[in-house]
Amino acid sequence: MQKMEHLYRQIIMDHYKNPRHKGLKDDSSFVTHRHKNPSCGDDITIQSRVENGIVKEIRHDGTGCSICCSSASVVADLLTNKTVDEARSLIHNYIKMIADQPFEQEDALEDALAYEGVKQFPARIKCATIAWKALEATLDEEEGETVE
Amino acid sequence: MDAHALKNDFTVLRNQTLTYLDTAASSLKPDVVLEAMNAYYHNNPVNVHRGVYEMSHVATKHYEQARRDIANFINADFEEVVFTRGASSALNLVALTWGEQNLQAGDEIVTSMLEHHSHLLPWQQLAKRKKASLVYVPLNAEGRITEAALKKVITKRTKILTLTYVSNTLGYKTPLEPIIKIAKAHGIKTSIDAAQAVPHTPVDVKKLDCDFLAFSGHKMCGPSGIGVLYAKRELLDKLDPLEYGGDMNDRVGLYDVEVKRPPYKFETGTPPIAEAIGLARAVQYLSKIGLEKIANHEHHLATLAIAGLQSIEGVTIYNPTTDTGIVNFNFDGVHPHDAVTVFDEASVALRAGHHCAQLVLKFLEVSATLRASFYLYNTEEDVQHFIKTVASARRFFTKVGF
Ligand SMILES: Cc1ncc(COP(=O)(O)O)c(C=O)c1O
Repeated sequence: MQKMEHLYRQIIMDHYKNPRHKGLKDDSSFVTHRHKNPSCGDDITIQSRVENGIVKEIRHDGTGCSICCSSASVVADLLTNKTVDEARSLIHNYIKMIADQPFEQEDALEDALAYEGVKQFPARIKCATIAWKALEATLDEEEGETVE
Repeated sequence: MDAHALKNDFTVLRNQTLTYLDTAASSLKPDVVLEAMNAYYHNNPVNVHRGVYEMSHVATKHYEQARRDIANFINADFEEVVFTRGASSALNLVALTWGEQNLQAGDEIVTSMLEHHSHLLPWQQLAKRKKASLVYVPLNAEGRITEAALKKVITKRTKILTLTYVSNTLGYKTPLEPIIKIAKAHGIKTSIDAAQAVPHTPVDVKKLDCDFLAFSGHKMCGPSGIGVLYAKRELLDKLDPLEYGGDMNDRVGLYDVEVKRPPYKFETGTPPIAEAIGLARAVQYLSKIGLEKIANHEHHLATLAIAGLQSIEGVTIYNPTTDTGIVNFNFDGVHPHDAVTVFDEASVALRAGHHCAQLVLKFLEVSATLRASFYLYNTEEDVQHFIKTVASARRFFTKVGF
């Protein structure tokens, strides 16, 4: 159970039990993306609102395992008020950490560092990254719109 | 039967301490099956029905002998066994040939919420195309298909029953013999998904009297990439092929083709030769152990597992009256995907999710479950290890605050 203890850290359980930024907004200034993992039923929707290159607000909702749901809360907490570039860089570093590759910005990842234990459970990588990837998709769409 | 001894027939069980409880997804494959397939690849790895040289003749002989053995296994005639890619493509073949060629607007297709997506979706989509109706037989409180419920849903417009023999999620056996009798009496056709039945229990298609029946090789100690569609000869005679190409025709003209007799008119292209040979070897392996014995053994293990689960607080069992080796459960308040990682740590392979049967979960009103499925190579020690893991997982989840 030692690896398990390392996976289900207190920070993770806390975000799972008491999620921050939960609940979607019916507001057209948000970009919304829904990501699903049909094999296990994870189903996460992320919204972001970007103003002048800054991620002003992130919302999330959905169902899934503790790793998946808690990470939606963690990513929303962490990336609020970051610039879009900072947000992207943190997303990439987080995904590298989970995939057990060399990563940077260890300090800046804050609560998200608690997910380092996931790398020992390759079958759970999707759970830990689905919310982050959904958020990245909202940023991509946001930028696509500004370019137009 | 001696499950401890049988474990030795499987390299993957000899070489590691694995508690494999996911046979309902795919069974393990004994060495004899791999050897039979290797023998084909080593000795006469050539095409069938084509070459006029000795090696091709031998390959054809083995391939067709495999069909004969598999036909005998389910008490079908040789011509009634069509090789496919698996149960999914066999079930699709029925909808896309018999269904396409016979159903009309207003006709009714009876199905159930227990169906695997491979048996549900081909008919659901066909119903949409044909403007036919899909009618669900209501399940009883336990989640079973009953004869009484079936009688209530069939009407003059019912053309086919599309039902599973054994539910891959709840492990219930459908009372097919009386149901098919009723269907016959009303001139209704029957398509049976036997993917979870043929590997585990004796199946006799003549006694059952079904029109179509499908199963997969990989769930019954055979290789992946092969399955079987059984269909009554007179139906196969009448149906047009789904796919056209090499090997399925007798004579090709500029504007028409004469197709071969069944089963060949449904098997175009180079077939899964090694897979057919491997599946025939698997059938021989299972027959030698005895299907009745396998059924009793796995049900015995499932019953022990259910008793063990019932003794642990905070665990819900969805099918305490399972008829087979399939046990479905959840830890209260814990998502199955969290739970399954604990099992992985303890080298217990289980399935977590919706089991390709999302309507069953709708019926149970849960988003996902855990499934343990037992087979001939599982032992009482496997059950004990499983229950010990469940108990310590429960303690762990309570401790970390689920
Ligand atoms: C009841 C049932 N039907 C059909 C299938 C589909 O089988 P295959 O994936 O081999 O085509 C399965 C296997 O998952 C099953 O359990």
